[in-house]
Amino acid sequence: MSTAQATKNCITLKGSAQIIVEYLNYGINSILFQRGIYPAENFDNTQQYGLTILMSKDPKIKEFLQNVLKQTEEWLAKNMINKISCVITNAHTKEVLECWDFKMQAEMGDGETNDPTKLTSSKDLTRIQNEIRDVMRQISATVSYLPLLDCICTFDVMIHTLQSTEIPTEWNETGAVFIPNAQAVQLRSFSTGLHKLDTVVNYKMSS
Amino acid sequence: MSQFNFVSDLQNALIMDGETRGPAPRWKKKLEASLNGSANTTRSVLSVSYNTSFSGVQPPTKTPGKSSSDAKKKSATTPSKTPGGGDRFIPNRAATNFDLAHFLVKKEAGENSDEENGQPKNGDNNVNNVQASAHKSERQKLIADAAQVGDSKGSRILCYQNKAPAAPESHTNPLKVVYSIKTPISTKSGTRYIPTTSERILDAPDFVNDYYLNLMDWSADNIVSVALGSCVYLWNAGSGNIEQLTEYEEGDYACSLSWIQDGQILAIGNSTGAVELWDCSKVKRLRVMDGHSARVGSLAWNSFLVSSGSRDGTIIHHDVRSREHKVSSLAGHTQEVCGLKWSTDFKYLASGGNDNLVNVWSLASNGVGTATEPLHKFTEHQAAVRALAWCPWQPNVLASGGGTADRCIKFWNVCNGSLIKSVDSKSQVCALLFSRNYKELISAHGFANNQLTIWKYPSMVKQSDLTGHTSRVLQMAMSPDGSTVISAGADETLRLWNCFAPDPLAAKKVASVNSKAKQSVFRQSIR
Repeated sequence: MSTAQATKNCITLKGSAQIIVEYLNYGINSILFQRGIYPAENFDNTQQYGLTILMSKDPKIKEFLQNVLKQTEEWLAKNMINKISCVITNAHTKEVLECWDFKMQAEMGDGETNDPTKLTSSKDLTRIQNEIRDVMRQISATVSYLPLLDCICTFDVMIHTLQSTEIPTEWNETGAVFIPNAQAVQLRSFSTGLHKLDTVVNYKMSS
Repeated sequence: MSQFNFVSDLQNALIMDGETRGPAPRWKKKLEASLNGSANTTRSVLSVSYNTSFSGVQPPTKTPGKSSSDAKKKSATTPSKTPGGGDRFIPNRAATNFDLAHFLVKKEAGENSDEENGQPKNGDNNVNNVQASAHKSERQKLIADAAQVGDSKGSRILCYQNKAPAAPESHTNPLKVVYSIKTPISTKSGTRYIPTTSERILDAPDFVNDYYLNLMDWSADNIVSVALGSCVYLWNAGSGNIEQLTEYEEGDYACSLSWIQDGQILAIGNSTGAVELWDCSKVKRLRVMDGHSARVGSLAWNSFLVSSGSRDGTIIHHDVRSREHKVSSLAGHTQEVCGLKWSTDFKYLASGGNDNLVNVWSLASNGVGTATEPLHKFTEHQAAVRALAWCPWQPNVLASGGGTADRCIKFWNVCNGSLIKSVDSKSQVCALLFSRNYKELISAHGFANNQLTIWKYPSMVKQSDLTGHTSRVLQMAMSPDGSTVISAGADETLRLWNCFAPDPLAAKKVASVNSKAKQSVFRQSIR
C-alpha cells in the first residue's frame, strides 16, 4: 500500500551513508583549502550544494580520501561509526593542532518497518543538501576565528567504530588524540533522517 | 576524542593506589611518549578536559589562555603564590559538568567494589554493591548522553595506513595575510598624483561597526547622510551644516540609508524591517513601507523604485508612487542581504548576501522591478559579499568583493555570466567604488591596514594605498562631482579623500565622457 509513496522519495541506510560520505569528502577538502594546509594552486573549483567548493587536485590526497571514505561508507551503512575525526597535525613535531569531529547519531527514520537494516527516511534531498550547505558555509567562515596554522601540516582521518568492528587490511588501530588547552566550537548539524551529523572543531588556543 | 582521555585518565588516576594493572596498550604508551611523558602533562590534560570537552558548545572566551592556564595551576598540588598579573582564577561553574564528574568518581568506586565481590566481604560492602548495580544502567545512559559516544572501551579508533602527504616544504599558509600585521608596502607611484592622506576628518561617534549594514550615502545635492547609533544625521558637504533628521526609539536603529538619484528623498531601512521615505528638505517622513520580517540592511534606488534587502534573505521592490507599494519579492538568498546595487544603466540589479552568493537580476519584462529568478548566481566567493560596484563605462561589468575568508575582488560579465578577473586583495573587502573621472577602482578594507586601495582597471595594478583609519573601513560614498570619496570606519571617523580630483589637462576629455554617460542614461529612461 505504501509502495507508491515509498518509491517517490525514500532514503535507505545505504543512501544516507552515501549522502554523509559525500559531505565528508567536500567538507574535508574544504577544510584543507580554507585552513591553508595545502597550496591553493593544488585545488580546483567544483559546484556542489549551490556553493563553489575547492577540491584538492593532489592525486595522493584524492586517493587517500577515496580509500578512507569507501570504507567509511560501508561502515556507515551498518551504523557502526560513532565519530569521524579529521586531525590536523604539525608535520614535523607531530603535534595535534586542530581536530574536526563529525559525530554520528543513528536515527530511526520515518519508514514503517522496524527492521533496523531496512529503515527509511522520506526527508527531501534538497532539504538535506540545504542543511549541508549551511554547515559548509560555516566551515569556510571558521577562518575568521581559528588560529593560524603557521607550519607545514598534514592531516589524517580517524574513524571511531564499535568495538566489534573487524580491522580491515591496510587499517590500523590507533589511540585517541587530544589537544592540550583546547577550545571546541560546534557548527550546525544536519540530518538525513537516518543519521544526524554534528560538526565540531577543536583547536589549540594560542598561548 | 579528549573525552576518551578524560575517562581513561580518570581511571588511571583512581587506580594508581589500588592494584597494579598489566602493561598499558601499545598505543597508549606511544601517546604518552609523544606527550613529553611526564605525569604533569596527563594531569593538566585532566583538568583541561573538564573545562572543554564536557562543556559541550563553548564559544571561545575573550581571554582564553588565562582561564585554562589557571585551571592547570589549580590542579597542581601546592598552589604557588598568585600569578604576577594578579588575575584571579574564577571557576566557570556553568561550563563544568559536576553531575558527570561526580558520577565518574562514584562509578569507579562502584566498580572497585564489584571486583572485590569474589572475596570475603562484609555487609556494608554488599549494600554498596546493590546500589551500584541498581544505578548502573541509568549511569551508563548518563555518560553516553554527556559524552555522546560510549566508554573508551566500547569503541575502536581506526585509521588508514597510507597517510596523506604533508604539504610541500616550500608551502606557507596563505592565511598568513589574514593574521599578520604588515607595515604598508611602499605604494607604487601611479601615473598621476594621489594625495594619500585624508583631506578632512569628521567625528562619527557611535557609528555601528556591523559589516552587514549600509549606514552612509552621499546625495546628488551634496548632502551626506549618516546613521550614528539610533540617530540619522545630514551633513551638508558644501556648507558644513549638520542637521539631525530623526532619532529612533530605544532599541531601534537605522540599518541602511540610500538617496534617490536626484533630489532630497532619502530611503531609510530600519531594524524593524520597514523602509521609510524622508523628504530631507522639509525634514519630514513621507511614508513607511513594510514587508520584511527582519532588519533592512541594504537599499538601492531605480527612479521611482526602491529595492530593499533584508536579514530575512528577501529583496523587495517598492514602487514609491503607488499605494500598493510592493511590486515583487525575490527569494534568491537564504541569509542576510548586505549588498544591493542597480547597474548604471538600470538593466540589472546585483545583490550580495551572507550566504556568500552574488545574484544578478535582470529587469522584468514589464520594466518594473526584476524577474523573480536570478539571471546569474555566482557562488565563487568564499565569504559574505557586501561590496558591489557596477562599472560606469562598461555597464555589463560588475565588481564584487568578499569578506575575511575570501578577500577577493572579482569582476563579472553579466551578459554571459562569466568571471572576468579575480584579484586577491589580502584583506576583507568592505566596499567598492568605480571612479567616474578615471578608469580606476577604489576598494575599502579591514584588517590589517584598514586602508583604501586605488586600482587601475582593468589591469588591476595597485595605484595607491590611502591609510589613516585605525579600524576597518565599513562604507564608502562618492561626491556628486566624483572627485572626493568619503569613507566611514569602525574607528568612528568619517574621512574625506580627494583622490579622484580631475586632472586639469584631461578635463576636456572627462567632460566629453560625462556628457556621453548622461546621454545614455537619458536614452535608458525613455525606454
